[in-house]
Amino acid sequence: MHKKTLQRIRRVLAALFFLGITLMFLDFSGTLHKFLGWMAKAQFLPAVLALNFIVIAILLIITLLFGRIYCSVICPLGVFQDGVAHVHNWAKKSRYTYSKAHNILRYTMLGVLIVALIAGVNSLVALLAPYSAYGRIVQNLFSPVWQWINNGLATISEHFNSYAFYTKEVWMRSLPTFIIAAVTFVVVVILAWRNGRTYCNNICPVGTFLSFFSRFSWFKMHINEEKCVQCGLCTKNCKASCIDGKNGFVDYSRCVTCGNCMAVCPKEAIEYKHATAKPAPVETLRATSLQTDENDNETDNTETVDTSKRAFLVGSAVVLGTAAFAQEKKKVDGGLAAIKDKVIPERKTPIVPAGAGSLNRFRTRCTGCQLCVSQCPNDVLRPSTDLMHLMQPEMSYERGWCRPECTACSDVCPADAIAKITKEEKTSIAKGRAVWVPKNCIVTANGIPCGNCARHCPADAIEMVPLQGDETGKLLIPAINESKCIGCGACEYVCPARPASAIYIEGLEQQRLI
Amino acid sequence: MKDISRRDFLKLLGAGTAVTAATMVGCQNGGGDLDPKGTIQPQKGQMTYRTNPNTGDKVSLLGFGMMRLPVIEDEAPKGASGRETPAPIDQEMVNRLVDKAIEYGVNYFDTSPAYCQGRSEHSTGIALSRHKRDSYYLATKLSNFASGTWPRKESIAMFYNSLKELQTDYIDYMLLHSIGGGEDGMEMLRQRYYDNGILDFLLEQREKGVVRNLGFSYHGDIRIFDYLLSRHDEYKWDFVQIEMNYLDWHYANEINERNTDAEYLYEELTKRNIPVVIMEPLLGGRLANVPDHIVREMKEREPERSVASWSFRFCGTFPNVLTSLSGMTYMDHLDDNLATHCPLKPLTDKELNFLEDIAKKIYDLKNIPCTACQYCMPCPFGLDIPGIFSHYNKCIKEGNLAKSQDENDYKKMRRAFLIGYDRSVPKLRQADHCTHCGECVHHCPQRINIPETMQMVDEYVEKLKQGTL
Repeated sequence: MHKKTLQRIRRVLAALFFLGITLMFLDFSGTLHKFLGWMAKAQFLPAVLALNFIVIAILLIITLLFGRIYCSVICPLGVFQDGVAHVHNWAKKSRYTYSKAHNILRYTMLGVLIVALIAGVNSLVALLAPYSAYGRIVQNLFSPVWQWINNGLATISEHFNSYAFYTKEVWMRSLPTFIIAAVTFVVVVILAWRNGRTYCNNICPVGTFLSFFSRFSWFKMHINEEKCVQCGLCTKNCKASCIDGKNGFVDYSRCVTCGNCMAVCPKEAIEYKHATAKPAPVETLRATSLQTDENDNETDNTETVDTSKRAFLVGSAVVLGTAAFAQEKKKVDGGLAAIKDKVIPERKTPIVPAGAGSLNRFRTRCTGCQLCVSQCPNDVLRPSTDLMHLMQPEMSYERGWCRPECTACSDVCPADAIAKITKEEKTSIAKGRAVWVPKNCIVTANGIPCGNCARHCPADAIEMVPLQGDETGKLLIPAINESKCIGCGACEYVCPARPASAIYIEGLEQQRLI
Repeated sequence: MKDISRRDFLKLLGAGTAVTAATMVGCQNGGGDLDPKGTIQPQKGQMTYRTNPNTGDKVSLLGFGMMRLPVIEDEAPKGASGRETPAPIDQEMVNRLVDKAIEYGVNYFDTSPAYCQGRSEHSTGIALSRHKRDSYYLATKLSNFASGTWPRKESIAMFYNSLKELQTDYIDYMLLHSIGGGEDGMEMLRQRYYDNGILDFLLEQREKGVVRNLGFSYHGDIRIFDYLLSRHDEYKWDFVQIEMNYLDWHYANEINERNTDAEYLYEELTKRNIPVVIMEPLLGGRLANVPDHIVREMKEREPERSVASWSFRFCGTFPNVLTSLSGMTYMDHLDDNLATHCPLKPLTDKELNFLEDIAKKIYDLKNIPCTACQYCMPCPFGLDIPGIFSHYNKCIKEGNLAKSQDENDYKKMRRAFLIGYDRSVPKLRQADHCTHCGECVHHCPQRINIPETMQMVDEYVEKLKQGTL
């Protein structure tokens, strides 16, 4: 095997996975996930949460055979870091040094994840999951750029009377999630720029978990001592800082089988083959904790999030004045009446997509990767701002409603938090129920006939009935049949009362068939 | 006065028009003439005029409607006029339009206190005050639609404000604005012009010469039209403004059973020798913007004339028409209309029959009969009513209104309809937000049942989105 072959194969595969996953997040038209959805389903933590034993087994077998190639090919955050480090390599070659594994730190992080999983501190799980961290970065930072470019093309295509592109509104779904994504991005870029795979070595619980298996992998990087001249080039080019070239030692728990050492070795002394591991030399066991400062920055992220949920719900605090609607008097012809933005109602129970089963089931499975958020064509899904469930999606209907023909979120969810459902199933799953607020309704508050909620209810769950005490007989109010309501939010979305809708959806803890 | 039907009139017109067939001038081999202009050009001093039998005014057959004034381009959506957008009126462009119109002989300018979100009279006043007052006729209206303007004091204030805005001390053509509208047309007429004595006030102003001609513009309930004509002996209407074009001639009633064919209106007025001023000769541009196969038919007959010209020639063919009002936003609108009217070439019998066929074809398209006049706006719930209807009609015109999923181009049509919908109308101003409050219905001169039509559009959109068409 040519000394660069492994590196090349790895690069090509990594590029394919990385581009595929990134594009799947960026593609808001929902076409790519049909072809690329398996790439998300191949991610480790989502597979664990989905209890997808086949994927888990395959990933573990791969690791046992080839080492942590998962980290350098399948994991988009890992490949992203390699990309960043690679750019730095152009300016400064051979800049890495060997360092000892920080076992306390990495096992602590793994422990934190396991405890968080068991204790149901879902926001912590979502924060630590590498694939989800990358998903958040794409959704919050890259997709606005992508959509702005798309919108530029849409303007051009409109100019030429073409329907090739359509405008997609760019909006911030959740400030805390955006901040977390931005901080993660900055931290990961800085770490990768300076020292390659610091994050993967010390923080990433998936990497640490796989390290238990990679130690025993069948194929390994093996330093042939007969050929080795101890030049140290391999050490200087190991972004995982796991080769102690002077002593001919490779730490297989951190090696991601990238093949860079093989590629640079002038003597072709490094071989990728079956060999037994050589124990770590005693002198390298000296404890160094150089990088822990940086790592602390990373863990600080969790604390930077304000504990007050209300701080992020500024909008909804303004809610619920008195009159819901002030009619503008027509004097001259033309012009458009101003439309107030709707505020998010304070729902006692959040609404989660049909297929989630129950709030509890959903929350123990979702890793907050934002793939469903990025795919929701109706701008309904957004990350939660609730501290315990930060970044896990929930629904709201200011910008659109959960349309009957769409099952995008259930199609893409890699963790099975939103189980796969058909359109037919969707229309019979109740995820919430409508609640009428008379003080906001233009019929009761302003005496204007309406009925828009009833006209748009796809489940036929709203009937307009006479308002008691109304002598004109023209005023009808919505009568909601809770047993038919599926909580799609059509009524809430089209309700003319602004800023607070006079009819809104309260989530159900347990979704059910109607 | 004798009842002149279209046919009689044509006989009367007789040979005259037949001979005016244009003789070809220029190069025999083609392509040699370096003058890039087409052969049909407006000729200065050749404007066709009609005489008002009451005052002897010689009125240009093309009248300038000040309802769709241009706005400063950078500040408004593409193609919008001062009706649709609050962007500032482009006064310099208005001045240029008016100057050129007057240069070519247009002398009738029609405005209203309600037009262009209340800014038309002011702008018209600025543009026209730069010309000699006796070089043009000014038409405006008492547009007391809002109930707040019904009290005598308010309506009279509106009248005097018109004089002030138009920078004049007399109005040549004064109209009661849009009679026949409202839930109960008769009741509305009473409240706007009878109970407050405003009709008497306007009659007095005519006596005094502040109003030179008094008339009314009519849309809607035919009983009101008949009633006002039945009292013609008393009021002596100097003119009446009606909606007329080749589609409304025979199809107004078929399109909407609550409306009356223009033929009836025209004949009734002609019987009484009341001159007719025409509004909506192009139905808000719809008759200039027809599907390709209709364009083709028109161009086969008159390759050098515009699609719009057919409608103006139709109107101008009727001798009792005083003027056809056109809301010209752009210079090319004016240029084209001048070419049609300087001089006007009346339609032949054959051409009239041809237009009758075209009218049938346009009727069969089942467009929403909206002229985008914006009288319904602003909708209190923020809907862009004309925007929604225009988009629907545009899709009919461009063949993008799929009837079922089995059609060959269904996917393409669906995409064009839905993407185009979001492009034309912001999501929160689309049909699904109509509350059926009915506020708009009484303002619509076309008497479209707007809430029902909204629901129709919304249901269509839902079928497209859900894939259940």
